[in-house]
Amino acid sequence: MSVATTTAARTVKTTVATGKSRDRTTVSLVFLVALWFSLFFGVVVLLALIISTATKGAARFDMELLTNYTSLVSPETSGFRAGILGSLWLMLFTALFAVPLGIAAALYLEEFADSEKWWNRLIEVNLQNLAAVPSIVYGLLAVAVMALMGFSDSGTVLGGSVALALLILPVIIITTREAVRAVPREIRDGSLALGATVWQTTWKQTLPAAIPGIATGTILGLSRAIGEAAPLVIVGLAGSIRFDPEGLMSNATALPMQIYSLTSQSQEALRQAASAAIIVLLVMILGLNALAIFIRNKFQRSW
Amino acid sequence: MSTTPATSSTSRTDQGQIGSLAGVHSDSDRELPAHPAQPVMEAKDLNVFYGDFHAVHDVNLAYGRNEITAMIGPSGCGKSTVLRCLNRMNDLVAGARVEGQVMYHEQDIYAKNVDPIAVRTHIGMVFQKPNPFPKSIYDNIAYGPRVTGMKVDNMDDLVEEALRGAALWDEVKDKLKQSAYGLSGGQQQRLCIARTIATKPDLILMDEPCSALDPIATARVEDLMLQLRNDYTIIVVTHNMQQAARVSDRTAFFTARPDETTGNRTGLLVEYDLTSNIFSNPSDKRTEDYISGRFG
Repeated sequence: MSVATTTAARTVKTTVATGKSRDRTTVSLVFLVALWFSLFFGVVVLLALIISTATKGAARFDMELLTNYTSLVSPETSGFRAGILGSLWLMLFTALFAVPLGIAAALYLEEFADSEKWWNRLIEVNLQNLAAVPSIVYGLLAVAVMALMGFSDSGTVLGGSVALALLILPVIIITTREAVRAVPREIRDGSLALGATVWQTTWKQTLPAAIPGIATGTILGLSRAIGEAAPLVIVGLAGSIRFDPEGLMSNATALPMQIYSLTSQSQEALRQAASAAIIVLLVMILGLNALAIFIRNKFQRSW
Repeated sequence: MSTTPATSSTSRTDQGQIGSLAGVHSDSDRELPAHPAQPVMEAKDLNVFYGDFHAVHDVNLAYGRNEITAMIGPSGCGKSTVLRCLNRMNDLVAGARVEGQVMYHEQDIYAKNVDPIAVRTHIGMVFQKPNPFPKSIYDNIAYGPRVTGMKVDNMDDLVEEALRGAALWDEVKDKLKQSAYGLSGGQQQRLCIARTIATKPDLILMDEPCSALDPIATARVEDLMLQLRNDYTIIVVTHNMQQAARVSDRTAFFTARPDETTGNRTGLLVEYDLTSNIFSNPSDKRTEDYISGRFG
């Protein structure tokens, strides 16, 4: 070995094989601990909440919880049949109202609108703000919309669906736009270069390619809507009902509404039932989120 | 001149054999007039602006029937911009403005009463990156005829004809219903060519069609271009000078000239001639410098 090689080998040994890592200095370790603590704090609070709710409601995890109506007379066998069915009806019509409107609005903004024009920019800014509007405001808006359309009955499936649809419309528009934007320009160019119109290109190429993203966004929007009580209070949904909803104009309640009204009751058994109902609601929300993740993974496409 | 001139000994009979990968599958046995006798398409005083930016300056070019015209030049010289003007794809770029005329069979395609959608059904385009639709191979081909409302007696026959025309039929005939994304890059690009010829265009524009392909796939696409020349007029933009020399009948050399005040680079046409002349005896110093590798 020449002198130069030996010197080079020694230099490498002293500068590279030092026995420590610069990624493990005191500063970086302190920072790492801070990050871990933040994560820990968030997860632990959530876990503690779920566990305490679950233990409170544990006595009531039975079929009667799902099949019986709420009863102040026999609180031990009280159930949430009306609320669960009401929430499902609400979700169905919320989706029916919000999804077509949201997709159409998003397609207009992404594929047709001239973003240079001031009115389109105004819509953009408004949309971002709408997503942050408190949900109770959407309840008020829904009451106004219902009154304008000439519906005088309060507390119907229709009123609740309109409120929740308005609530999740911005979410659906924003996620749909992102899904549409993720479809590569080359696909549109390929279609247009064959002599397809912008409308054909959007309908036959862009939209189908964006469906998985749209579905994911829609389901996440619905899982937000299913947990809302405030807008439903404003449109007059009852806290307790002892019959199944039968249609759009039928009076209804929703699971969050029932939970809200029962937690203020003095009877211990009713509060227990409310805790159990919270777990039922959480399971429904987790189910929706799991479905969203499943769709995303199953249909995800890398371009 | 270090670059191989387009004069090669290989004749047209070689084209059927896709195995001819040596890279010399051009022919110049063809006797072509110095200028396209009956141009299919002609750009007249073409100027393109993107907002205030003057991208292309005063281009005059005539493209001959059943010829392959190559447009070459360094990056930013406006060759792709010119190509995209020829089927009004530049309309889709926000802020793009075209001045001058593009005559297509004596009709200015930028005239007020012209429908750009209809223009694109006559003038097909193949892009730099293979861009098959996320559909089956069959549906990729059938898409164009379906959306343009073409009268088709038998779609199966049309699909087969288009795939045969793009020398892809034998490779995909057993998997027409499978996703086009399962094909290799070169196959995808030939599928895009098949998709274009399925709508029976007059001209095919190709924007660096081989730049995303390996040499073997490139050779196949080049062979295909020579075959297609019998039925179509092809205009190809390429970065690859050897490709221009191998496949084209005529070559247009573009370059970019910086504006003295703004420094923006405006593309302009330097020289347009038979490919053999461009590569063996260029008349402009800039062309000679470029094709001999001194710049660009």
